[in-house]
Order: sequence, then structure tokens, then C-alpha cells
Amino acid sequence: MTLDKLLVIAAALFCCGLYTVMTRRNAVAVLMGVELILNATNINFVAFSFFLSRVMGGQIFAVFVIVLAAAEAAVALAIFLRMFSTTGTVEVDAADQLKG
Amino acid sequence: MSGPADFIFYAAAAMTVGAAILVAILPNILYAAVALLFSFAGVAGLYVLLSADFLAATQILVYVGGILVLLLFAVFLSNRISDGKTTNPTHFRLPAAAICLVLFGVLSYAAVSTPYAVKKGVYLPTTADIGELLMTRYLLPFEVASVLLLAALIGAALLSRPDRAASVKGEMEEGKR
Repeated sequence: MTLDKLLVIAAALFCCGLYTVMTRRNAVAVLMGVELILNATNINFVAFSFFLSRVMGGQIFAVFVIVLAAAEAAVALAIFLRMFSTTGTVEVDAADQLKG
Repeated sequence: MSGPADFIFYAAAAMTVGAAILVAILPNILYAAVALLFSFAGVAGLYVLLSADFLAATQILVYVGGILVLLLFAVFLSNRISDGKTTNPTHFRLPAAAICLVLFGVLSYAAVSTPYAVKKGVYLPTTADIGELLMTRYLLPFEVASVLLLAALIGAALLSRPDRAASVKGEMEEGKR
């Protein structure tokens, strides 16, 4: 287990998340991709905190990222449910009411 | 670090990345959500190996126990799973795959070729340190995060409750009948 390997794992996780965000049309699946990206950044924070310094800052930052992810997921899913009740679908292409 | 720890590291890494790839390509959104569970669990395993015991527990509690259940509820409430067709349509697959592969190459090259001043990591319990830092040095972000969570709670409850005007109207119409 070295820092390089962990960074490559995090990069792979990030790219999977980015691919999910770019290709999915279902908004819930897009949110899954966002969660993957947040996990990738968290791995980086913890890995740098473990290998480069013994300061706990990296882990504290990861805790805040998890808190923000939870809040974001709750609000986003509430928005998706409201969107489903108004438009009958949660596909991101369908949310074009603001399009001029 | 060698022997069993290395084996666990590679197992956790394979589980994390393999499940993440499944999340990206599975055509059924329910299966993708289950694959996401394994990805989160693998990340928790990596945290344990990185001497982040508190974070590993938080990852399981918040991600697997909270966010994933929330995602599953959203899938159940907002999709017509019984349609039987693909529940997770995709678009722009080829350009997205090209961009992601190129980005992965660049990121991996940058990660491998950068000379980091790596120290030998030590394994210590972290929970007490994190608790102490949250109450001293990181007190302001901690309080801001708690306000944010309260706002998110209220906002989510307000957004997801049924439309009151519509339901009152429906009740009146039922009364007329």
C-alpha cells in the first residue's frame, strides 16, 4: 500500500463517477455519480493525511465532506421527488422549464 | 506493510473500483444502487488501512446506512421499475468514455510521477483527536455544518411533503361527491 496506488484508485473512482454523471439521464443515478466523486476526494484527503503528515486536518476535512454529502443528498432527493410529482419523470432532460 | 494487510488492501481496492465501474455501466438503476453499497464498503476498508477508524465507521453509518437508503427510496418512489425496460437510460456514452479514460490517464500519470515526501504512516486511534479538534480548532466549521444540516433538514421536509393546496382541493372534491 503506497500513496501512488491510493491516488490511482481515487482517480479511477473519480472517473467512474464522472462517467456516471455525464452519461446517465436519471437524476438519481447522476446523484450516485456525485457520491462516487466525493468518495474519491475523501480517499485522497485521508491518504495524504496518512502519508504526508500526522496532522488530522485531512480526516477532519473528510468528515465535513461526508456531512455535506448527506445534506446534499437529502435536499437533492426531495427536489427529485417534487420534480417527479410535477413532470412525471426524473430524467434530467425533462427539467427544461427555464429554457428560453 | 506486507502479507495479509497487502491482500486486504488489494481486495478493498478491487471491490471499490470494480463496484464503481458497475455503478457506471449497469443498465438497471436498482443494481447500480446495490453496487454503490459495495463501493462505499470498499472505501471504508481503505479508511481502516489508512488509520482512519472513526472515518470508516462514519462511512458505513452515513453512506451505507443513510445516503444509500435515501437513494433507494428515491429510486422506489420516482421510477416505474415494473416497466421491465431499462430503468437507467444513458446518452453520450462514447465521448464520455473517451474523456474519462484520458482524464484517468492524466491523473494516474500525475499521481505516479510526482515525487511526494512520503513518511511512514503510523497507526493510532483517531477518534479522540478528531473530537478534540472539532471542539477547539475546527469549532466554527463544526457549528456552520450543524446549521447547514438543520437548513437541509427543514428544506428537504418542506420540499418533499405533498402540495397542501392540491390536497385540500382534492379533499373538497371528494366531499362534493
